[in-house]
Amino acid sequence: MSQMPQPTALSRCPSCEEPLEAADRFCGACGYDLSAVSAPPQDHPTITMNGTSAGLPPAAPSVDWPLAPEVDSADVSAPVHRAADIRGTDSGGSELPHPEHPEHPHGDPAGVRPSVAKRPAGQPSGVRFDRPSEPDEYPLAPPAGEVRTAEGHPADGPDREVPADPRTADLPAPPAGAKVCVACRSGQVDTDGYCENCGHAQPRERDHMEQELGAVAAVSDRGLRHHRNEDAFAISSTALPDGSPAVVAVVCDGVSSATRPDEASLAASRAANESLLAALPLGTHPQQAMHEAIVAASEAVNALADPSTAQGEHAPHVNAPACTIVSAVVTSALLIVGWVGDSRVYWIPVDRSSLPARLTEDDSWAAQMVAAGLMNEAEAYADERAHAITGWLGADAYELEPHTVSFKPDRPGVVVVCTDGLWNYAEAAEDMAEVVPLDAAERPLHSAQVLVGHALDGGGHDNVTVAVMPFPAPSQGAGSA
Amino acid sequence: MANFSKSNVPQFSVDVYQNEYLPEGGREVNAIVTVSATGGGTIGSAVAAPHLYTAGQGPDAAVAIMVDCSGSMDYPPAKMRNARDATAAAIDTLRDGVHFAVIGGTHVAKEVYPGNGRLAVADTATRDQAKQALRKLSAGGGTAIGTWLRLADRLLSSAEVSIRHGIVLTDGRNEHESPEDLRAALDSCAGRFTCDARGVGTDWEVKEVTGIASALLGTADIVADPAALAADFTHMMETAMGKEVADVALRLWTPVGTEIKFVKQVAPTVEELTARRAEAGPRAGDYPTGSWGDESRDYHVCVQVPTAAVGQEMLAARVSLVIPQGDGSVQNLGAQGLVRAVWTDDMVASTSINPQVAHYTGQAELAQVIQQGLDLRKAGDVDGATAKLGRAVQLAGASGNADTAKLLAKVVDVVDAAAGTVRLKARVAEADEMTLETRSTKTVRVKK
Repeated sequence: MSQMPQPTALSRCPSCEEPLEAADRFCGACGYDLSAVSAPPQDHPTITMNGTSAGLPPAAPSVDWPLAPEVDSADVSAPVHRAADIRGTDSGGSELPHPEHPEHPHGDPAGVRPSVAKRPAGQPSGVRFDRPSEPDEYPLAPPAGEVRTAEGHPADGPDREVPADPRTADLPAPPAGAKVCVACRSGQVDTDGYCENCGHAQPRERDHMEQELGAVAAVSDRGLRHHRNEDAFAISSTALPDGSPAVVAVVCDGVSSATRPDEASLAASRAANESLLAALPLGTHPQQAMHEAIVAASEAVNALADPSTAQGEHAPHVNAPACTIVSAVVTSALLIVGWVGDSRVYWIPVDRSSLPARLTEDDSWAAQMVAAGLMNEAEAYADERAHAITGWLGADAYELEPHTVSFKPDRPGVVVVCTDGLWNYAEAAEDMAEVVPLDAAERPLHSAQVLVGHALDGGGHDNVTVAVMPFPAPSQGAGSA
Repeated sequence: MANFSKSNVPQFSVDVYQNEYLPEGGREVNAIVTVSATGGGTIGSAVAAPHLYTAGQGPDAAVAIMVDCSGSMDYPPAKMRNARDATAAAIDTLRDGVHFAVIGGTHVAKEVYPGNGRLAVADTATRDQAKQALRKLSAGGGTAIGTWLRLADRLLSSAEVSIRHGIVLTDGRNEHESPEDLRAALDSCAGRFTCDARGVGTDWEVKEVTGIASALLGTADIVADPAALAADFTHMMETAMGKEVADVALRLWTPVGTEIKFVKQVAPTVEELTARRAEAGPRAGDYPTGSWGDESRDYHVCVQVPTAAVGQEMLAARVSLVIPQGDGSVQNLGAQGLVRAVWTDDMVASTSINPQVAHYTGQAELAQVIQQGLDLRKAGDVDGATAKLGRAVQLAGASGNADTAKLLAKVVDVVDAAAGTVRLKARVAEADEMTLETRSTKTVRVKK
């Protein structure tokens, strides 16, 4: 543990890689002003973390970094270090110096810096961040059919606008029936899913997905800052042996620092859904069925890690596909939730005078800190490591610990099953209740759309997926699976 | 007429290496495009001229060997003798059925074999006759390489073949025609045949020889010791015989609003292609790559795209391979690669440099600083030359370009390779300097 605010927490000069002493304010080799390192990025991505090793809270108060001086002590302009001044880049081995990304200012500088690309191949790491570790290849889906809804949808928002210059005079008029680019609205879409005129990628099927199935509805959106949707969901309804309805929702959030997180989330959501659909009609206790579904989902994700399907040189380190999972089963009397990771279930009573509740406990660094009494919730969630997850589905997960809980709500309500792309914008149950429409139980799809819209309005920094299901399960929704 | 026999035309593949992530506002997309051609026999009709091929045999080819017969070839006399021997060795390497001719070059071009504006067809008898004819080669006269190339073009175009190739051997400067004449000859021959160029001895001009090879998409090299000519000619001819498909062009499609900053071949040698673009329909252009056997080459493509919002993705370029046909249509070779741009606010993703791009950026700089350093050295700018060649030593060492590092070590004394500290050698053998200059564009591939 560190006792004092340190002049620098860097182990090496960000400019010349010279090893530094703890008290250095300037690099001894090149004179780089070590106080000039900028603040870490503001975004709070999902990260996963080994809860035992790196999880100690910093005892030192946060450091007020002085501003970089414009001139040095001799009144000469301070030297500017550009990326191009620094030689040597090799994602396989040596490190890229990024002055913009200082080591974590607290404690062990090698701790949780988000440089997952440095991790040696095959070494399972307890720490993961929900951002791409390095450029990866993935195929574009062929142009999908009707994908984005027109009304109030981000596809029409300012973020989707394309730089002007529709020099399209030389384009043949698109034949009737051909897909026209959503960006420039004049080029045709080629077989790879790009516009033949402006080159823009066309919306993929998973960029925005909506599904409504009687008593349950789900919406998933790519968000505004990510280039693909790595979330996935599955919803269905079936009947228990006594003929009463059971409604299922599964939501998964792919871990971006893993390879093929989108495949992981899709496989997990499908496997869990199928497992529940198989077990529930046979009379398996729903909580047992939930446990088995998460195990099945885990196996489905593990299966993706087959090295023969790994993308060789594009993904030099074996970083198995991984995702979170959260699922809820609603019957006429029971509400069962199960999860691994930091995707959540919220309970919102129809009668808003009673209290809403969060029904899941994140497998996350912040949750562990709070649970251990080491930090209060505000402190924990303000930390850079807050979103590091400590449990996930994937071949490199340490140990699968599915959490399942069974509830017997005494009043009607709606169950909101969501990824952190939503709850980042409505963390507390009360906040979530504020944004869930009052008629959510009657109009689940509309409510899911509203919730996704809330996340997009808040910035849409992550993929957003939410399923909304009323409790108790209405009997007309049964048996339609 | 359909021919159902399998051909030897190779199968092409395209791989793209890039970091597609751009920061907010980022516009420059860099990618290394690896084009590989591997042993054919599988794509049958998807070739330029399948009717010309017969089963179990390479494609029809025509080769013209242009031997310098200027007066200087007699000093020392071994040079002419070695040139004759080398040409004979090259003729021995000709596959049966290949059309060929030998041209003796001075200030004019003379047909040495077979004569009368024809090409011979290689077989045991014609090979012997050609070697007999070589004995008549004698030194005397000037040097006007443009005339040699124009004669080679006339002869090669008389044959209905798919691969046309020339070999130029010179030992002196192109003194008996203006640089403009040579330029005009190269322009008229470009795209009509490919040509390797070799300088023997040390009295020739490096930029002339490399210029010929560059314009005609062949290789350039120095053969400082005339005794090594035969081995070099054999190797060159073997390579020519291995060519299976000619006139392949790298086709680049880019969307509206993009600007192509450059297109360069970066392996096996650095070759600037940007200015050689031939427009090929809306938003597409073709860059010539010459003829291909079983081989792999790398290209560095740099495109400037209009910026887009974070989270957006676009296709910055589509790379494919085509063979332009005489009638304006093209034969598409099937393989294609996509160069993408994805805007992200993840600084780690957007600031990392793809290792292949970094490597070849260094290799291109290496070729450039060697050229600049040698030019400065010739101009007497010791400090400038030392700085440039020091940088070259640093780059060659860091990238593992051992051959170039060895050549550099003959021109400079290396004090600290990692820091690029060097001293110019006081005395440098002319052959060493010319070798370095001629081979400065040779690159090594990135270690995988």
